[in-house]
Amino acid sequence: MTETADNFVDFQNVWLAYNDELLAKDHFAVEDINLQVKQGEFIAIVGPSGCGKSTFMKLTTGLKKPSRGEIFVDNQPVTGPLKISGMAFQAPSLLPWRTTLDNVLLPLEIVEPFRTQFKARKEEFEARAIKLLQTVGLGGYERKFPWELSGGMQQRASICRALIHEPKMLLLDEPFGALDAFTREELWCTLRDLWTEQKFNVILVTHDLRESVFLADTVYVMSKSPGRFVVKRHIDLPRPRDLEVTYTPAFTDIVHELRSHIGAIRKS
Amino acid sequence: MSPKQLERYAPWGLLVLTIALWQIICSAFSVSEFIFPSPLRIWQQMVEFRDVIAAHAWRTFWVTMAGFGIAIVVGVLLGFVIGSSRLAYAAVYPLMTGFNALPKAAFVPILVVWFGIGVGPAVLTAFLISFFPIMVNIATGLATLEPELEDVLRVLGAKRWDVLVKVGLPRSMPYFYGSLKVAITLAFVGTTVSEMTAANEGIGYLLISAGSAMQMGLAFAGLVVVGAMAMVMYELFSYIEKHTTAWAHRSSQN
Repeated sequence: MTETADNFVDFQNVWLAYNDELLAKDHFAVEDINLQVKQGEFIAIVGPSGCGKSTFMKLTTGLKKPSRGEIFVDNQPVTGPLKISGMAFQAPSLLPWRTTLDNVLLPLEIVEPFRTQFKARKEEFEARAIKLLQTVGLGGYERKFPWELSGGMQQRASICRALIHEPKMLLLDEPFGALDAFTREELWCTLRDLWTEQKFNVILVTHDLRESVFLADTVYVMSKSPGRFVVKRHIDLPRPRDLEVTYTPAFTDIVHELRSHIGAIRKS
Repeated sequence: MSPKQLERYAPWGLLVLTIALWQIICSAFSVSEFIFPSPLRIWQQMVEFRDVIAAHAWRTFWVTMAGFGIAIVVGVLLGFVIGSSRLAYAAVYPLMTGFNALPKAAFVPILVVWFGIGVGPAVLTAFLISFFPIMVNIATGLATLEPELEDVLRVLGAKRWDVLVKVGLPRSMPYFYGSLKVAITLAFVGTTVSEMTAANEGIGYLLISAGSAMQMGLAFAGLVVVGAMAMVMYELFSYIEKHTTAWAHRSSQN
């Protein structure tokens, strides 16, 4: 514990089999995961589909318990769902019967201490949600229903929902996967700005290498079944990064290098 | 007339056409009113016996509503239990399906033994026939929750109850209103069938007594009234459905 005190997320030899039967057969979804993430670090996990990236997310949030090994978040062992994290998926999964504003407010109706104060401080919370929506470019859309918004806008709202309770950790599971290339790049910048301002921890799972290199401090490459981390690559591009950086040779070299690792995995 | 208006008036047009055709056939072949009364004859009988019909109709209406009310309460509660627990779903569902396959009219003689002739059997028959679709729809709405939606809440430390109340129930509301439309028409069937053998009041009783007195015009008038009541209630629930769960009908607006 002592030497890991400044790590925010700490995976120590974590193995996970989905059920006891698979465990008995030594069939693991993820194997021997060791991961140390510093406070405020932005990490990305890339890998071919079906490599256990989403399983990794479930471990981090405490939705699943490891079969072997230990996970610490914020120096506490993870035993159940963590209330200090927010999550967004590839599908925006907004509730269609709630307005955009009410969708964003949803976590505050669940998480303590906001939950008990919700009625009393509703106006304050609403103002906060509206401000957050404005920062991602959704000002004026608060009273619209999700199905009145475009896919990109829905995803922005979904990210707002993941951030409204000011989590220490943001988990993103291929959040931009279903968007077109231009919207995706726009949202990269939105995420970059939010992160630069608030410095929460981000764990981004993606299969887009450019996305991972553009956004993350550290990129982990995961191999396919069983899922293992095979490469850890620190991205030393200077911040703040602009979209222009994605056209520089330095950037392309890193993407290329990561791509070759993925290629090697696929062949083996 | 725009296509939209045409669509709106089409059912009324068809109704008028059917009545006209019916009247023409009855007049042209001078069909005996004891066999098949003409719409005009039915109308005359309806006006002549309006007080009697109104009294029986009122009785059928409130009995149906009582049975339907119980069906909503029981259906929602059972549906909630079945939909929120896999074990309950596995245990209850096959039994309920078997129960639903039984003809509800067959329960009437048993209910008469238990509750006597009158309101009891009619209310219970209406309930028995109409709670099943409500239960199934609530259960389906709850059981088909998308796992991502559940994860979003569970990550925040939401309890099962939170997930049910915040997501499960609102999500199953369109299913619920859809089932009410089906259930209310079934409830009228249940009441009428029960009244035919186990009551001295109500449209079902009127049908039987008018039939045995060879007053076919009156019997048909009774049928028309039951049909009209069921239609009105159906439209009412349809209206409520559209105005409370508009989010589920958005495709029709775009």
